[in-house]
Amino acid sequence: MQFLSYLINGLGLGSVYAIIALGYTMVYGIAKMLNFAHGDIIMIGAYIAFFALTKFALPFPLAVLAAIAVCTMLGVLIERLAYKPLRQAPSLAVLITAIGVSYFLQNGAQILWSSSSKVFPSAISTGSISLGSASVSYLTLITIATCIVVMICLTLFINRTKTGSAMRACSEDKGASMLMGINVNMIISITFAIGSGLAAIASVLLASTYPSVYPTMGSMPGIKAFTAAVFGGIGSIPGAFIGGLLLGIIEIFAKAYISTQLSDAIVFGVLIVILLIKPTGLLGKKINVKV
Amino acid sequence: MKEKSSVFSRFGDKKNRGRLMSFALVIIAYIAVEVLLKTGSLGSMFSSLLVPITCYVVAAIGLNLNVGISGELNLGQAGFMSVGAFCGICVSGILANSISAGIPRLIIAIFCGAILAAVFGFLIGIPVLKLQGDYLAIVTLAFGQIIKSIFMNAYIGIDTEGLHFSFVESNFKLQPGGKMLLNGPMGATGTQKIANFTVGTVLVIVALLVVYNLMFSRSGRAIMAARDNRIAAESVGIPISRTKMLAFVTSAALAGAAGALYGLNYSTLVPNKFDFNTSILILVYVVLGGLGNMTGTIISTVVLILLPELLRSLQDYRMLIYAVVLILIMLVTNNEWLMTKWKSLFSGKAKGGA
Repeated sequence: MQFLSYLINGLGLGSVYAIIALGYTMVYGIAKMLNFAHGDIIMIGAYIAFFALTKFALPFPLAVLAAIAVCTMLGVLIERLAYKPLRQAPSLAVLITAIGVSYFLQNGAQILWSSSSKVFPSAISTGSISLGSASVSYLTLITIATCIVVMICLTLFINRTKTGSAMRACSEDKGASMLMGINVNMIISITFAIGSGLAAIASVLLASTYPSVYPTMGSMPGIKAFTAAVFGGIGSIPGAFIGGLLLGIIEIFAKAYISTQLSDAIVFGVLIVILLIKPTGLLGKKINVKV
Repeated sequence: MKEKSSVFSRFGDKKNRGRLMSFALVIIAYIAVEVLLKTGSLGSMFSSLLVPITCYVVAAIGLNLNVGISGELNLGQAGFMSVGAFCGICVSGILANSISAGIPRLIIAIFCGAILAAVFGFLIGIPVLKLQGDYLAIVTLAFGQIIKSIFMNAYIGIDTEGLHFSFVESNFKLQPGGKMLLNGPMGATGTQKIANFTVGTVLVIVALLVVYNLMFSRSGRAIMAARDNRIAAESVGIPISRTKMLAFVTSAALAGAAGALYGLNYSTLVPNKFDFNTSILILVYVVLGGLGNMTGTIISTVVLILLPELLRSLQDYRMLIYAVVLILIMLVTNNEWLMTKWKSLFSGKAKGGA
């Protein structure tokens, strides 16, 4: 049963995309901006985890925590310095600023840690278990489990807590939320903090799966996750989850059954077809523009 | 009434001045560069950048038509350049025996590149123009990725039996004496370098003519109306899809022409050259130059291509500084307080009168 093992590997890859896409979609839903620097936060997270594991010889959970802490602070800092002054600016200006931040992080990492790739130590045990006839590595299972846990926590947080409802209110109407006494700037900062924290988790999973860490490692997963977020309907949290998983499965199946080299073309081709059928993504809301 | 007069002053009075200024700028820059080249005071690094600059200027003018005038974010301009480049290289390679002179072959290659890119623009325009906003942007992004991925796996060659094409390297065989035009991830190798700065400058002027003529025509006004208020434009009978498609296809054709010129300026060209980062780079030229402002686009493209070269003495830090400059320009130009100060510095009291 090759099919089953491809499916599970696809779910594993898709889980990483889903976690990154959740960050994208949350930031988009609330700040209405495409945060192109999101992929580079993943890269920073991977470097932090790498140094925590090798230089400081921290145990794995602490390294993950360190990555999450640094990325969260970095995300909030970037938002405060670069995006907050542009709250009223046209969206293209914010987009270019995000691109600037992305260049800054990539080149900063290159200066600090050189452009050569570093080998990420395999901290998660490399064993595998057999499910029926397919063998699945622990890493893949841990990745899928992490994604599910993240998704459940996030859904509970958004739906059950006061901050969560404030977030939903902000994504509906910032002006009205402000009038209701919600600190909109605070909510946006919290969103960036959560998104960047999720990026850190994704970075550790990504670096464990493909064990090399280099300054541009975040851009391709970033683009794929952005695609996943649009795929599911940008701004929608379950959409990002489903979009991420589907993208991962399509990518692995395209690699396995059609062509390794053309897999990217197939993934993006499917995206175009989906958007043709459902112009706002799988779970996106249809927006009716009033005159 | 106020709205009307401001629109009038933007496209009426200043219309010709703005147009003339951009043409004058290109011609003066061309003469200056030619003089510097003749006297030999231009470094080899700068002279090697001349053709790429004209290519990026043309692609950026095209993108500005799309992003600035038509108001649709396009993240795949490099994809159209890629189509134009590899089409141009193939055409030039095929015609190498029949037309030995460089310039006519270059012009034919540029035409073919532009036409093929326009065809791709039309095909991708069909799904793109059904969508709006960021969904549209992602389709253009996806298109860029697909094109890159296809060229990374395309093998095209020519021999006595004609043209050969395959996606699988092992299936690809040429007769002895055949010529490889495209070699998968290696891209095009051994291309005859027939591009030159004069043709590049002419292409810039042609691009400006095309865009200005479109902008100030009936269709151009329809494009801008559709950008400013889709529903209002629709209600006065403007066919939204057709006007947007016109801008999109023209933009793609210009990118294709630019790509063909670019491809024929180097002996080797890899498909990876035209990736997402290149699309973004062209977008940065457009946004920094000013949406809808062609003169600004030309200046910002030239400055931003030269900036990293001028900062070369700073070595590793140059791209970091480039990034900081980019962020600061965006922060400063969008800071209301600073911009009012800046404007009052120049117009001062005259502002009250106008």
